[in-house]
Amino acid sequence: MSKSTENSKTGSKKQVKEKEELHDFVVEFRKYKTELTEKYRNRTKWKPDDPSKVLSFIPGTITKIYVKIGDKVEPGTELMVLEAMKMKNTVFAEVSGLVTKVNLNVGEQVPKGKVIFEFELS
Amino acid sequence: MASTKKVKELQQRREEVFLGGGEKAIQKQVAMGKLTARERILQIVDEGSFNEYDLFVEHEARDFGMEQKILHGDGVITGTGTMGGKPVCIFAQDFTVAGGSLGSMHARKITKIMDHSLKMRMPLIGINDSGGARIQEGVSSLAGYGEIFFRNTLASGVIPQISVILGPCAGGAVYSPALTDFVFVVENISKMFITGPEVIKTVLGEDISMEELGGARVHAEMTGNAHFFAESEAECFDQIKELLNYIPRSNSDAAEKIEVAEPNKKFNISRVVPADKKMPYDVRDVIRSITDASDFLEVQELWAANIVIGFGRIEGKTVGFVANQPKVLAGVLDVDSSDKCARFIRYCDAFDIPIVTLVDLPGYLPGVDQEHAGVIRHGAKVLYAYSEATVPKITVILRKAYGGGYIAMNSRHLRADFVFAWPDAEVAVMGPEGAANIIFRKEIAAAEDPDKMRKQKVAEYIEKFANPYVAAAKGFIDSVIEPKETRKVLIHALGVSVNKSIGSPQKKHGIPPF
Repeated sequence: MSKSTENSKTGSKKQVKEKEELHDFVVEFRKYKTELTEKYRNRTKWKPDDPSKVLSFIPGTITKIYVKIGDKVEPGTELMVLEAMKMKNTVFAEVSGLVTKVNLNVGEQVPKGKVIFEFELS
Repeated sequence: MASTKKVKELQQRREEVFLGGGEKAIQKQVAMGKLTARERILQIVDEGSFNEYDLFVEHEARDFGMEQKILHGDGVITGTGTMGGKPVCIFAQDFTVAGGSLGSMHARKITKIMDHSLKMRMPLIGINDSGGARIQEGVSSLAGYGEIFFRNTLASGVIPQISVILGPCAGGAVYSPALTDFVFVVENISKMFITGPEVIKTVLGEDISMEELGGARVHAEMTGNAHFFAESEAECFDQIKELLNYIPRSNSDAAEKIEVAEPNKKFNISRVVPADKKMPYDVRDVIRSITDASDFLEVQELWAANIVIGFGRIEGKTVGFVANQPKVLAGVLDVDSSDKCARFIRYCDAFDIPIVTLVDLPGYLPGVDQEHAGVIRHGAKVLYAYSEATVPKITVILRKAYGGGYIAMNSRHLRADFVFAWPDAEVAVMGPEGAANIIFRKEIAAAEDPDKMRKQKVAEYIEKFANPYVAAAKGFIDSVIEPKETRKVLIHALGVSVNKSIGSPQKKHGIPPF
């Protein structure tokens, strides 16, 4: 009899998979041995913001793009309209620089967090 | 005496309504692997005890051709029955009748039975299997949901409210279960979400199945919306019955005391916990070595497993257990485990169930994601819930209790009634490595061999402070006990606490960090 069927008989829903292995886990300089959860493993690791990139802040559709490669932008320059949840959101530049990349076209759907514009900061 | 003809007419009317949406719809329900609403009720309540009301209620929709349609019972069955001889109110949405959609009369049947359960102080069991609001009834069906949510809130903490999700439960409908005490889900049958896969795909371009979005497992493992997960409806009904054996019928009743049984010898409390404080073990084995017959009904087993909550009995009486779980994420407190135990503590307090807390935690889960997810306000819920609770509160420190975690886990300072510690327990401001690094920073840095010096200083710190006697000397721990004395000591502590009575300052209500 396989392990999983044994476990399902005891009523525990957890060990349907193979037995979890133990990992090193540091809390306040002490290394513990413990199992990890899926949620912990899948957590998003933090990255600092990169001011030279403009990301979609919400999933939606790009309905207008106001700049092209080589254009100069200043804080407040209109970059695009990202339509999401029936709202037309105008996205503005927050930095000064030159547009080096425009990764999407008008009409395209974007998920959240996709890089749309890249700048060379000045 | 009623004439035979009239009696016959009643029987015919009943039979017709009993068929719900008719044979074809019933076949569809069966094909989906589901029982019918009536079968569900009859399997949950004691045999022959179900009394139905509002059987002949008719819907009031007069638009879109609805006036032509007959919807038997308006898509919901309501009534009273007994479980284990004790009364309950129960309703079951009937998916075979207009998809179990909620119209105004459907809602009124539910609110009527909710009113009964509240005024007669008995548990309410709601079986959800509904496509959602009946669109043809427009804002009237929204009003219906609102009336239900209001009553859920009113009854909260007065009577146990149990939600069983046995089909779709989408949009606004999910908020009634979310307001109730315990949510039961069944694999492949339960579906809960605010916005369905179709809308998500159209609006956001995210392609996800209903099961992946809001299936039973998702809510049992990831969101924490569900408290009990079963693989079949039959298993789910057994879980409901088991839960109702543990909890009181209302906040003015005590949980039923049953015959005392000793724990199973298989669970040897002196052997569960490894001496090496870095090694894990399953804290549920400690619980089972304490409880009567080693029985333990775990709540939210699959979610935030780094803390364990649930019900057991000590000397025949129900106790709520809260225990750090060293086996998972070393038993740290984090956003989810804080939410999980704080709500459980409030449940126990509302229904006068004493709380036993077993402590073994290294501290809080470090990480940017935790900080940004608001571990401060979530962690504060634990402090709030323990501080606010006036039921008997007993703590046993098994191994480690460091820093903020020590305070949070029902310490003396939050008005624990009794705090016990095992001889191996360490109560300290932080783990020895961390403390030594800070206190002896200069010595370590100046040493010829800093690593050797660090080890030496850590050893010194462990020798001096990593024990229960520093806290015991200050009276923060009432008694240091041998592991094998734990059950006996808890029996005594619970026994002397039965008449516990403490007041709180007059207030309308506090403002917990929700």
